[in-house]
Amino acid sequence: MSDNWIEVGTVNDIPRQGARVVRGSDGDIAVFRTDKDEIFALRDKCPHNGGPLSQGLVHDNKVACPLHNWNISLETGMAVAPDEGCAARYPIKIEGEKIFLSLTAI
Amino acid sequence: MKEKLVVIGNGMAGIRTIEELLKVAPDAYDITVFGAEPHCNYNRIMLSPVLAGEKTIEDIILNDDQWYADNHITLHKGKAIKEIDRIKHKVVAEDGSEESYDRLLIATGSNPFIIPVPGHDLEGVVSFRDIHDVEQMLDAASKHKHAVVIGGGLLGLEAANGLMEQGMSVTVVHLMDSLMERQLDHAAAEMLKSSLEERGLNFLMQAQTEAIIGKERVEKVRFKDGTEIYADLVVMAVGIRPNIELAKAAGIHCERGIVVNDTMQTFDPRVYSVGECVQHRGLTYGLVAPLFEMAKVCANHLAKYGIGRYEGSVTSTKLKVTGIDLFSAGDFTGNEYTDELVFQDASRGVYRKLVVQDNRIKGVVMYGNTLDGSWYFDLMRDETDISEMRENILFGQAHLGDSGHGGEESRVAAMPDDAEICGCNGVCKGDIVKAINEKKLFTLDDVRAHTKASSSCGSCTGLVEALLAHTVGGDHSVAPHLKPVCGCTDLSHDDLRKAILDKELKSIPATMQALNWKKDDGCPKCRMALNYYLLCAWPTEYKDASQSRFINERAHANIQKDGTYSVIPRMWGGGTSPQELRKIADVAEKYKVKTVHVTGGQRIGLYGLKKEELPKVWKELEEAGFVSGHAYGKAMRTVKTCVGKEWCRFGTQDSTHLGVELEKLTWASWTPHKFKLAVSGCPRNCAEATIKDFGVVCVDSGYELHIGGNGGVKVRATDYLCNVSTEEEVKEYCAAFMQLYREEAHYLDRTAPWLERVGLSYIKERILEDEDGRKALAERFLIAQKVAQVDPWKERVEGVAEHEFVPLKEISG
Ligand SMILES: Cc1cc2nc3c(=O)[nH]c(=O)nc-3n(C[C@H](O)[C@H](O)[C@H](O)COP(=O)(O)OP(=O)(O)OC[C@H]3O[C@@H](n4cnc5c(N)ncnc54)[C@H](O)[C@@H]3O)c2cc1C
Ligand code: SF4
Ligand code: SF4
Ligand code: FES
Repeated sequence: MSDNWIEVGTVNDIPRQGARVVRGSDGDIAVFRTDKDEIFALRDKCPHNGGPLSQGLVHDNKVACPLHNWNISLETGMAVAPDEGCAARYPIKIEGEKIFLSLTAI
Repeated sequence: MKEKLVVIGNGMAGIRTIEELLKVAPDAYDITVFGAEPHCNYNRIMLSPVLAGEKTIEDIILNDDQWYADNHITLHKGKAIKEIDRIKHKVVAEDGSEESYDRLLIATGSNPFIIPVPGHDLEGVVSFRDIHDVEQMLDAASKHKHAVVIGGGLLGLEAANGLMEQGMSVTVVHLMDSLMERQLDHAAAEMLKSSLEERGLNFLMQAQTEAIIGKERVEKVRFKDGTEIYADLVVMAVGIRPNIELAKAAGIHCERGIVVNDTMQTFDPRVYSVGECVQHRGLTYGLVAPLFEMAKVCANHLAKYGIGRYEGSVTSTKLKVTGIDLFSAGDFTGNEYTDELVFQDASRGVYRKLVVQDNRIKGVVMYGNTLDGSWYFDLMRDETDISEMRENILFGQAHLGDSGHGGEESRVAAMPDDAEICGCNGVCKGDIVKAINEKKLFTLDDVRAHTKASSSCGSCTGLVEALLAHTVGGDHSVAPHLKPVCGCTDLSHDDLRKAILDKELKSIPATMQALNWKKDDGCPKCRMALNYYLLCAWPTEYKDASQSRFINERAHANIQKDGTYSVIPRMWGGGTSPQELRKIADVAEKYKVKTVHVTGGQRIGLYGLKKEELPKVWKELEEAGFVSGHAYGKAMRTVKTCVGKEWCRFGTQDSTHLGVELEKLTWASWTPHKFKLAVSGCPRNCAEATIKDFGVVCVDSGYELHIGGNGGVKVRATDYLCNVSTEEEVKEYCAAFMQLYREEAHYLDRTAPWLERVGLSYIKERILEDEDGRKALAERFLIAQKVAQVDPWKERVEGVAEHEFVPLKEISG
């Protein structure tokens, strides 16, 4: 795994059951915070048709894409069956309240 | 150590229960299944098409060996259980092997009833229940000529038809004077009989079998009156008996079936039972829809969620004989309190009868064209008030000007495979049929999950259901008493709304906890509904859960397919001014808006804005006095008007002014679905008021009020509510009607389907006849509006929810 950790903000910067984006030169990464305060990061692109996952509704450890309602697992980036597809995942590290993100996809 | 669950019976109900259990608690048990048949679980219903040569055995397997292996289920095929030892908690199989259990599920189905006439055990006498029976019948059909089917019910007729398709000459023998007397009235039964006769079946009615004659193999059948007919094959299809011997021998309380309570437990709380072998609230069932409902409840309790009750089912019947359309449901004989509505056209072979009590459908019988069957069945289940459509109801849904759901059934059968069924998700008929066949789908939800058809706007639901019925052939229609909100709860929308008020639940987590939600965090469906129900119930107290809103309502703009947003400012009553237009033009230029477009609701939309730009755009618009147009929400959208008396030579009242007043009254109000209004200055109706949720048509003497219309996929014209004489009254009635809709409709119901469900007379009762009630409704609306009428754009310009519009971090390079 990478050691290029970038500090992107604190847990409280992201609404619970919500997401925000980290804007990079090659596109957005969505950083999610679940109901249980777990943090996950995925490329902000739905495997279906590129919808911005950061705009979806977060439930459990999943996000429902705002465009056609595919559910994507935040843990694996995989679309929940019966849909098929995958969004790239990025490593996250939490230190205290701070969130660190690595830009090397898993 | 995991607990052990043993299932007796590898059939439709038992395995459906396991499937449901694996969905909710995949790791709860070590599961072992014993099945007397040497096969994997298959779709018993489809034995009829197999017999008729339309399907093969492979086609109808539901769960293959791999499925059992994948789910770590031990399957003992061809091993019947002969004893249950409830003291030692174990079962004993015929070969002496044993298996202990912590919980036991009995799903032994039923046995065909064999009339004990002499000769009933001769070779060539079979029942119609399993693959083995079908194999025997197919074998006989390949070698012999004459078949006799005893029993003119559903099963008997399907057997007879299948054997005829296999080339046999078939006689159906029936004890009664009317076929399928438990499902059909006499008129429909006669039509069925004559069309089966036309196809080549022979019938002997009111014939009582006395003996089956033959040496080793059957040769003849003799009747009470002494007549005899040739037979090389006799199929007994005279009924089924719940298979309860095993349970009975183990001392479990049985009557006609194994007696279970609403949680599918027998008198021994470790022992559950589902399927045709059970007796629930005095009833036994012989169709799959109720069994699937039982399975769901049973799985829920096995998973120890402890919620959900089985409360009995309403069932409907279809005959799976290709080319014959027949549908029946409910109580079709009626009594002294019921009316019969009958339509009969013998030369076209069409017959339909509705049994009606107090304007609710109690029973349906249809023959010939049954495309409206599921519609009637829905009306019956939902206990919809039919007084408004009574005159035309027999002609079917297509003749009513339906309201954006159901209908259209008549199209599916004839549609080509590439016809698009779901416009939202671009799903064609061929895709859906393929998914139903290949993935063995039974329910609308299954089809939604696998194909996405009808999972978005939902207006194609009726078509998908029709397609399901058409493809599965049998009775697919699972009929819960009332549909639950979603998979996270068993409560219906109405129950949920009531519980929120009764138990004074004031937040989403509190509601989920108090009502035993199955998932801590719910799903998008229930969270959005809950947020609405709570804000409607507690307008002054509830704190909006923005994370439980769809993005559009969270961002106060419409997300477009490329992830950009549109902005549509409010223009009161459709009016604008040079200053406003100039501002819009400036903003459009400054932000390089790709498209400027006039909407159907008389507004101007700016399309293609980036999310970060929204607060800046709003700020500029606000300088010209604009507020949010709520074009993105389940909310009051627009009031459309014509110029009315001020300019138009026909105008009778100041429709524009009234429109502005109505918009000031109703803007920013959240509703179960979008809500649109219009005011036309005279009956020429240029503002199209009669296809709005609330429409006003001005007349010389005052104002005509109309409700429950919509444009869209399926246009529905409004129903006329009443006339009033002043603008103040229009406003009061409008507020009261909107509040009634807000308080009582289900989330995502537009006014049209809601109105059709509760009936126009109910609305009239609440709004016209009950003056105090109307005033109270209007007042509650005003209280809610006091809190709601804050411009969300202005708030956001001032910094509310800032996180929504700026990235968490920008990384350069
Ligand atoms: C030809 C035909 C057509 C039908 N058409 C329709 C239709 O169109 N629509 C509809 O809704 N329904 C239809 N049905 C009815 C439907 O198939 C049944 O309601 C359903 O299969 C019952 O499910 P079950 O699990 O209760 O019983 P079954 O599916 O019969 O399963 C019970 C299983 O338990 C096994 N078993 C019994 N005793 C033991 C034991 N001691 N040890 C181990 N295993 C045991 C049996 O061998 C059997 O495999 C039809 C039925 C038939 C036969
Ligand atoms: S119908 Fe929607 S889900 Fe179906 S077609 Fe229309 S747009 Fe869709
Ligand atoms: S509805 Fe009547 S008043 Fe209004 S513009 Fe049309 S003709 Fe004129
Ligand atoms: S783009 Fe995400 S579901 Fe279609």
